[in-house]
Amino acid sequence: MLVYFIRRLVNVVAMLLVVAAVTFAIFFMVPKLTGTDPALYYVGKIADKAAVEGARHKMGLDKPIIEQFYLFLKGLFVGRDYSTGVSVSHCAAPCFGYSFKTEQAVWPLLLNRLGVTASLAAGASVLWLVFGTATGVVSALKRRTLLDRITMTTALAGVSLPIYFTGMLASAIFVYQLGWFPHDYVELGTDPVAWAQNLMLPWITLAFLYAATYARLTRATLLDVLGEDYIRTARAKGLSERTVIGKHAMRSTLTPILTVFGMDLGGLIGGAVLTESTFNFRGLGYEAVYAINSSDLPVIMGVTLFAGFFIILANLVVDVLYAVVDPRVRLT
Amino acid sequence: MTDSQTATVPAPSPASDREPLLRVSGLTRHFPITKGLFGRQTGAVRAVDGIDFEVRAGETLGVVGESGCGKSTMGRLVTRLDEPTAGKIEFDGKDITHLGVAGMRPLRRDIQMIFQDPYSSLNPRHTIGTIVGAPFKLQKVATEHGVKRAVQDLLELCGLSPEHYNRYPHEFSGGQRQRIGIARALALKPKMIVADEPVSALDVSIQAQVVNLLDDLQSELGLTYLIIAHDLSVVRHVSDRVAVMYLGKVVEIADRDALYASPMHPYTNALMSAVPTPDPRRKQQRERILLTGDVPSPINPPSGCRFRTRCWKAQDICASQEPPLAAAKAGHQVACHFPENAV
Amino acid sequence: MSKNSIIVPGQRGEGPEGFLTVRDLRVHFPTDDGLVKSVDGLNFTLEKGKTLGIVGESGSGKSVTSLSIMGLHRTGTKRGAPKISGEVWLDGEELVSADPERVRQLRGQKMAMIFQDPLTAMHPYYSVGAQIVEGYRAHHPGTSKKAARTRAIEMLDRVGIPQPDKRVDSYPHEFSGGMRQRAMIAMALVNDPSLLIADEPTTALDVTVQAQILDLIRDLQKEFGSAVIIITHDLGVVAELADDILVMYGGKCIERGPAASLFESPEHPYTWGLLGSMPRLDRPLQDRLIPVKGTPPSLINVPSGCAFHPRCPYAGLTGGRSDTDVPTLAEASPGHHAACHLPIADRHRIFTDEIAPRL
Repeated sequence: MLVYFIRRLVNVVAMLLVVAAVTFAIFFMVPKLTGTDPALYYVGKIADKAAVEGARHKMGLDKPIIEQFYLFLKGLFVGRDYSTGVSVSHCAAPCFGYSFKTEQAVWPLLLNRLGVTASLAAGASVLWLVFGTATGVVSALKRRTLLDRITMTTALAGVSLPIYFTGMLASAIFVYQLGWFPHDYVELGTDPVAWAQNLMLPWITLAFLYAATYARLTRATLLDVLGEDYIRTARAKGLSERTVIGKHAMRSTLTPILTVFGMDLGGLIGGAVLTESTFNFRGLGYEAVYAINSSDLPVIMGVTLFAGFFIILANLVVDVLYAVVDPRVRLT
Repeated sequence: MTDSQTATVPAPSPASDREPLLRVSGLTRHFPITKGLFGRQTGAVRAVDGIDFEVRAGETLGVVGESGCGKSTMGRLVTRLDEPTAGKIEFDGKDITHLGVAGMRPLRRDIQMIFQDPYSSLNPRHTIGTIVGAPFKLQKVATEHGVKRAVQDLLELCGLSPEHYNRYPHEFSGGQRQRIGIARALALKPKMIVADEPVSALDVSIQAQVVNLLDDLQSELGLTYLIIAHDLSVVRHVSDRVAVMYLGKVVEIADRDALYASPMHPYTNALMSAVPTPDPRRKQQRERILLTGDVPSPINPPSGCRFRTRCWKAQDICASQEPPLAAAKAGHQVACHFPENAV
Repeated sequence: MSKNSIIVPGQRGEGPEGFLTVRDLRVHFPTDDGLVKSVDGLNFTLEKGKTLGIVGESGSGKSVTSLSIMGLHRTGTKRGAPKISGEVWLDGEELVSADPERVRQLRGQKMAMIFQDPLTAMHPYYSVGAQIVEGYRAHHPGTSKKAARTRAIEMLDRVGIPQPDKRVDSYPHEFSGGMRQRAMIAMALVNDPSLLIADEPTTALDVTVQAQILDLIRDLQKEFGSAVIIITHDLGVVAELADDILVMYGGKCIERGPAASLFESPEHPYTWGLLGSMPRLDRPLQDRLIPVKGTPPSLINVPSGCAFHPRCPYAGLTGGRSDTDVPTLAEASPGHHAACHLPIADRHRIFTDEIAPRL
């Protein structure tokens, strides 16, 4: 079990390095190869040569690419200084880069935005996990009844409708027509009630999208599991239907759901771009869009790496949980 | 459906004087087991661990053994669907041990395989015509009257109707599917057929149909069979000679009648006595050898004779010295220090 | 054994004398393609301490029968639920019409079942011990976990699992096939059931392990005196265990009788076919097997008359009756019944002259 865990951890570090290398390559090498100098993004096209050189030196773009990557990695662990020769800006570890547009380090910015995104993801995930699986279970047990058909059609709608549609529709009705939910972000520490109240609408909208997927997945998995031989055995032992389904069938059903949940949650913390934009919340996704629009490369890269980190972390957590749930995985 | 009862054919002449078509020596297949952070190889599943045998042209060699004895791996090795770890496989005088895909291609015509599960071994999206005709296309073999005619002839040979040409596998029962699999194997007029549990997935009444079909095809086409099965009575019925495998080794190999009349290896004895017979009166008379425990792990097989941990005749020598597979009588080889029926 | 243990006494609706009595059992599954008559009018009785072997090929209805006795089919108007009619009397209680909750209480306690493939029949996520404990506590609600665990270890020991106090915490995948089937038997017997149904209990096992398991079932039956139904396609297995044998074909019983009589002088051409199809180690080698031609019937369009007639080599001797009339079970020799239109004398002559010499 320990070896398994260590092996997974080594794997995670390796994967993060690859993600870092790939993002680095995309954002710093590709522009260079296509002939556009990243430094130009910062000084503007009509700047004189000295200004461009200055920007280039400050960003470290005058160094060989391998060294740039090395400095970048080093920055992640020990921090680094960005200097134009005139002024020095320190970027403390973990240094995810320095935004020359906004003149601040990327890491604090990300941390700042993480609160919003995490609040959004946490609330929504609880909602969708509870309602999604519950709906799926009911649907599976009442298979081919009217109830099943209605829920599954609703779920299909939930999967197919894009979030900016449901989100805007929900905003239009609940916020602007009925005036129920204000939706400006309030920090949890400041006022928990307002926090929850203001997040309610994005939570529901986001959860609707995911709950639909979960309901369908739960229904399909549970129906499969109910056809397994060991379910018949459980019934043959004379267990109550409640135990058969609640214990034997659900434990097997939850395993694939857990996997998907981990991935979704990881992905969501990396940035619920559409939801945040729709509801005008300044989270990681929003920041990413903003950075892309203003060609703020270090921020884009920071968000990407950050998102990658969460997805990989979620994967690790899922794998470990999997080993806890399924004794057959514990072999190595 | 042909009436296979009428097609009784005189038994073929004894195969013992013929040339071996397949000769296997020291055949070994170890599946490595890796462990730890760096995937160190810490051991191996010794699925097949040094076996020697021959199959003569025109005969049927039956291979019996329980699950995990390596008989299926052996089948995959001799058809070169798997790469041996060591040893040598000669087919028709040619060393095929390490031939690559290209090198094997001409030989694929001569060695064909029939699989156990007639449900998963046929592609559900292809018609019977496509399935049975595929070997012609793959090997680019010209047929006298076109592929369709050739396929229909094959279907008929295997007791199916030529009109089945355009149907799909799901329209057939298990027995019919097995016939389709046999027709496909026969398409290129192979010299040898390796059949891995050809009837074990079929209903009893259908098993007999397929067994009879295999019999008829052998006498009609002069085929050589290597039939792998766990069912001793089926193997007795189809084979000229029989090899018994235990934990990756051949423990006994003999002419069919000799083996069943006077088995020499204790394991063979135990196997035979374990087969239930449809005769309730015999169950009182018969003295049954009941083996205890399970087959040991092929990762860490017992020292010396591998059967000693379950053998009632085991002595000290069995743990220290591995008995070689040696001729104890004419045409009867056994790997045991204390064989039964020795004289 | 009463001399005709499988004759069904008593009137419909009235409690019979036998320990287990099945009367006119019908299990019909409505499907999109039509009504699948998996079991179509089955009768038998079984006494405590006796073993009944039900023999048939795939689709003969043998497994469906066992699931209906156990009440393991979907019930009510649910989609896919079969229509079950007839009566199943277990120790004076009728089960088909009983409250499903009552049947559940009997399940695992008074009647238990073991299945073909012990790997898929046990939950992969729970330890073997936990699964046995659960079955015990379901019917002994007051028992502490510790006492139930002790009971589980005792049962594992009884079925011959070495070091049961350690193996109790193992998971099914850590057991070999034979050990798993032993554990499965321990699980079925934990509440001392008086009826044990074994559905192809050894089909997934190797022959030497099969012999061990058959011995174990026989020993346990002697010890507990329970009634056993063994369902299999393998005539050899029933010959080892069964006192009485019932042969099913196309959802109906076509022959039943005491084991010795059935193997010695089988009455039905289908039974002859089964015996002729299997190569046997205990007889001199036959040149050819005598297969049954054709394939088992579709249960949606069961052939008219005798369901076996399209495959029967002797159907022509019945003067066309086998195409139109459904034969009923008739006594051919004491306790031995067969459903065949051939006159008994003809059957005996055919068997002695044509079939027996070739077996």
